[in-house]
Amino acid sequence: MIIGALLGEGWAAMLANRMRTLLTMLGMVFGVGAVIMMMAIGQGAQLMVNESIASMGSNLFIVLSGSTSAGGTRQGSGTVPTLTMADSQAISELPQIAAVAPNIFNSAQLIYASNNWSTQVAGSTPPILEVRDWQVVAGEGFKDSDIRAATRVLLMGQTVVKNLFGDENPVGKIVRVKNSPFLVMGVLAQKGQSLDGRDQDDTVLVPITTAQRQLFGNQFPGMVRMILVKAKSADVMAKAEQEMVDLLHARHRIHADKENDFSVRNLTALAQAAASTTEAMSTMLGAIASVSLLVGGIGIMNIMLVSVTERTREIGILMAIGAKNSDILLQFLFEAVMISLAGSFIGAVLGIACAYFYSQLNDTLVVVTLSSVVLAFGVAASVGVFFGFYPARKAANLKPIEALRFQ
Amino acid sequence: MTRPLISVSGLYKQYLANVPVLKDINFNIESSEFVAIMGHSGSGKSTLMNILGCLDTATAGHYYLQDRDTASLTSDELANLRNQLIGFVFQGFNLLPRSSLLENIALPLLYAGKSKPERREKAIQMLNRVGLAEFGERRPNQLSGGQQQRVAIARALVTDPKLILADEPTGNLDTQTSEDIMKIFHDMNAEQKITIILVTHEPDIAAHAKRMIVVRDGQIESDKST
Ligand SMILES: Nc1ncnc2c1ncn2[C@@H]1O[C@H](COP(=O)(O)OP(=O)(O)O)[C@@H](O)[C@H]1O
Ligand SMILES: [Mg+2]
Repeated sequence: MIIGALLGEGWAAMLANRMRTLLTMLGMVFGVGAVIMMMAIGQGAQLMVNESIASMGSNLFIVLSGSTSAGGTRQGSGTVPTLTMADSQAISELPQIAAVAPNIFNSAQLIYASNNWSTQVAGSTPPILEVRDWQVVAGEGFKDSDIRAATRVLLMGQTVVKNLFGDENPVGKIVRVKNSPFLVMGVLAQKGQSLDGRDQDDTVLVPITTAQRQLFGNQFPGMVRMILVKAKSADVMAKAEQEMVDLLHARHRIHADKENDFSVRNLTALAQAAASTTEAMSTMLGAIASVSLLVGGIGIMNIMLVSVTERTREIGILMAIGAKNSDILLQFLFEAVMISLAGSFIGAVLGIACAYFYSQLNDTLVVVTLSSVVLAFGVAASVGVFFGFYPARKAANLKPIEALRFQ
Repeated sequence: MTRPLISVSGLYKQYLANVPVLKDINFNIESSEFVAIMGHSGSGKSTLMNILGCLDTATAGHYYLQDRDTASLTSDELANLRNQLIGFVFQGFNLLPRSSLLENIALPLLYAGKSKPERREKAIQMLNRVGLAEFGERRPNQLSGGQQQRVAIARALVTDPKLILADEPTGNLDTQTSEDIMKIFHDMNAEQKITIILVTHEPDIAAHAKRMIVVRDGQIESDKST
């Protein structure tokens, strides 16, 4: 009851000093705005990472050839092909493995009518679609018979479709890859960005045999640069890795004291590490922004102290007509809290708008979560109470006659 | 026989290390009296009024209000006394400049815990009584001094106090307006039996009272009925 009325008094005092109230609010506006915006950017980054991880395919290993020591110099993985189609076949027969796709790739120019586009051409086998959890959205995927016959067919990623065909349906059309005609058999589903920021849709898939024999020359016949492997489930990842390492050890006849000529990477584990890094970054952004909330709170305290001094006589009058110390305390406290809440509200709107603007500008994802807004408001209200308390108590502890006599 | 409303005995007031402003003040004031306190400027009248109004405390001596020793009361109890028992009228009006007249008048009822409709109704009634019914939504600075003082009186009366303390209420007003204000005081004393203590240094204003206490250099020089 009386609380509601005191709230009204606080509100009236705020309205009476619009300019000052507004300036005081600015601290909270920017504080809350910054927190919400930073958290939105952080959450957006996290979401993007998670989407990339999902688009990568689950329970994924990549087996790279290379890492051989040649005369003491270590060479980068994949530089010297040591993996073969037969390795790939052998891995696919391991108990914990769901699907295996050998892979070679290079960039090449594609031409359709008057359009041309340089993209990554990857040679693989039909299981690549299962390994990468990739759908064919139009037409169909290639088959084992295409591998055996090394037919000139391809599956096209969305970015390539857009750049070569625009709105036209590419399925059944002929495009030229390095001047050889290829039939577009199907179109791959959109995958978006990979973790390292590459456009996963800027690619075409061809049968691996076609790539080996007709596109990328014959330097290492039957060799593959890497093998993508999907384990049966997340629980058997470690076991699957051990099986593969043991198998390749045996197949490549590597002695215990020699270095491997291949490497197995658990992409899913790498992705999870990336995700937790992003999460840490996003938490840190929020924490840094929270400091500005504190600064906003100090601004409130400052102005409230001025306000108490300015209104000392008024406080004296209120005491003369019967205001208790606690009434004065509450009134000033409400004023501080209302300033901070109103500031928070404006800040929230501003922060959401800025986050949206930022996402448009940088073409990234931002996510404003309810919890970030609630958190910002909660902190702002507490800051209002905390920093409003000292000035309010100062007002409440004035002696009636001293307050009344104050000039 | 009932005890007096106000009983002051051996009262001293001293600011810091200076000479005392009030020295050995003794008097009783009964319910529904109309008392004028007179004296030169600086004689200690306002200091005495502030102590009587529980806005200030004495350095020594006793002040009993309604039989209660004010020195033993908590600040909340004193606030309640100022709210319920006492109404103040100041020379400078002391209205809140940013609030409307009705809001000003209703404010004491807020601290008395009255509901909003109750506060508003009572404030309108009081504004009518001082003849300013049509100005309810105005700010104090849109009124003349005499009108502002009426509003201040309405505010002082809104909680139906037993005691009105008026410190030179006509000090800023011209003669005619002063007479109008004094008529209000006279009427509230005569009709509602409200006790009035009025500080003034003008004899024609003091003439409205039925008893006159003269203060000189912080001491009571004379105390007689008129
Ligand atoms: N807060 C104060 N501190 C110091 N001296 C004061 C204070 N208030 C009043 N005085 C002194 O006390 C004396 C009486 O003041 P006051 O009661 O205001 O007189 P009056 O109202 O009769 O003119 C004056 O000499 C004045 O200077
Ligand atoms: Mg005086």
